[in-house]
Amino acid sequence: MEGLLTNVDWVEIGWASWDTLVMVGMSLLFSVVIGLPVGVLLFLTGKRQLLEQPVAYAVLSFVVNVLRSVPFIILLIVMIPFTVMLIGTSLGVAGAIPPLVAGGAPFFARLVETSLREVDRGIIEATQAMGATVRQVIFGALLPEALPGIIAGITVTAITLVSYAAMSGVIGGGGLGDLAIRFGYQRFQTDVMVITVALLVIFVQILQMIGDRLVLYFSRR
Amino acid sequence: MIVFDQVQKSYQVGGEAVPALHPTSMTIETGEVFGIVGHSGAGKSTLVRLINRLEPSTGGRILIDDEDITHYSHAELRAFRRKVGMIFQHFNLLSSKTVADNIAFPMKLAGIYSATQIRERVDELLARVSLVDQANKYPSQLSGGQKQRVGIARALACRPTILLCDEATSALDPQTTQSVLKLLGDINRELGLTIVLITHEMDVVRRVCDRVAVMDAGRVVEMGPVSDVFLHPQHPTTRDFVFESESVDRDELQEDYQKAEGRILRLTFKGESTYQPLLGSVARESGVDFSILSGRIDHIKDTPYGQLTLSLVGGDLGLAMQAFEKADVHVEVVR
Repeated sequence: MEGLLTNVDWVEIGWASWDTLVMVGMSLLFSVVIGLPVGVLLFLTGKRQLLEQPVAYAVLSFVVNVLRSVPFIILLIVMIPFTVMLIGTSLGVAGAIPPLVAGGAPFFARLVETSLREVDRGIIEATQAMGATVRQVIFGALLPEALPGIIAGITVTAITLVSYAAMSGVIGGGGLGDLAIRFGYQRFQTDVMVITVALLVIFVQILQMIGDRLVLYFSRR
Repeated sequence: MIVFDQVQKSYQVGGEAVPALHPTSMTIETGEVFGIVGHSGAGKSTLVRLINRLEPSTGGRILIDDEDITHYSHAELRAFRRKVGMIFQHFNLLSSKTVADNIAFPMKLAGIYSATQIRERVDELLARVSLVDQANKYPSQLSGGQKQRVGIARALACRPTILLCDEATSALDPQTTQSVLKLLGDINRELGLTIVLITHEMDVVRRVCDRVAVMDAGRVVEMGPVSDVFLHPQHPTTRDFVFESESVDRDELQEDYQKAEGRILRLTFKGESTYQPLLGSVARESGVDFSILSGRIDHIKDTPYGQLTLSLVGGDLGLAMQAFEKADVHVEVVR
């Protein structure tokens, strides 16, 4: 064993794992906080929906599409001035979070919109027939009914953010991706590369498992 | 009382107004079960949704207990909708809520009931629809009939005065349909609730409705007490529905008529006369011989009726017809 993993500094790996966890956790939190209302708005302003607003929908949809169509590696670089303005640095864990949110939030917003569209129209109609306000339809019927889909969306977003977070190593973002690039790639330490990739795979597996369990728990269909 | 005064509805399709309901006037009395029957696309679904304004009308007035609901503000409309329960073909229960929470849902939305009031009302309704044991189950764990009973309990939660039923039994098997219709009948009798029921099955109308409107292509083509419309249909669409519900094959019927001799009469008995041993005595008195070509003895809501098609040969036909009419039997000469 000693001969195989000579370059691996386990303390460094530990810190890098923690950094990845923090980046994914924080960016997931902000992606959900921003993406959920945007997704709800996308749904509500859409064609033949409760607050049909073709102009608002077109604008919102355009912004989401632009952010989603820029490759994340480009988004990382384009975001640098904005990130510096926002939190004072574009480096490290903190510097990686704004571009991660810029990539994650629109992605999650689309997933929310899709899962809301899957709610039976009849349920919305029934809730309206009971005299519900638009707010009550959203919080009383739409979101609870779409919850399993939204949780599945959070899981997919989290996993996407894991790979985005690894990419942020390119611009000095920190975490496992940073380690893989600096040691595994630039210094040809293949063992470090293997360990970081293995950890990322395990991380994704755990996220998927937790997500699947939660979806199952909240599905009453 | 629900009054439609020249109500119409059209949809804008590609800048053109496509009528879904031509100007319609009618009155639905308080406490009656009013059926609206029609094929899909006839406009019955639109008509029923005009009553709680899930669809806004595009002309005319809709008066409910003398108030024109077409001018209601959002807040007035929401308060009004609490007084109008609605049940649906596909039940439209919230899959994320238990049976008890589904029933409590409209009361929670109303925001004017205490937790205790809601709990008591839910218990009361669960007992009424015989689902006490299912209170904590989720809709996916229930059968279709049970789901519709939850739908009915939910619709009744805020003590509405009107209940709208949108093809409420169309997704149910015949036996379950029977029990749901019985429940609706009980509710109508015991609570004095006005029920507006739309369906494509004449049989549903026959079992529970007091009056019926038949719709075709966005128009009400025939309207009246169920016994009149059902036993003496005038409009071709109505006839289709009646024949359909009796599963009569019209070609076969014509063939039978051609084979039969003499005059063909259709006799319609209603109420007590259904049980009179009339045919035998009339045959004896007038000397006519009869054979039965087709017949049906059944109930319209609670009234028994019979409809027999006979061919009569020989004897004194005039005397026979007089005797039938004297016994309160409606006689129609088919041939």
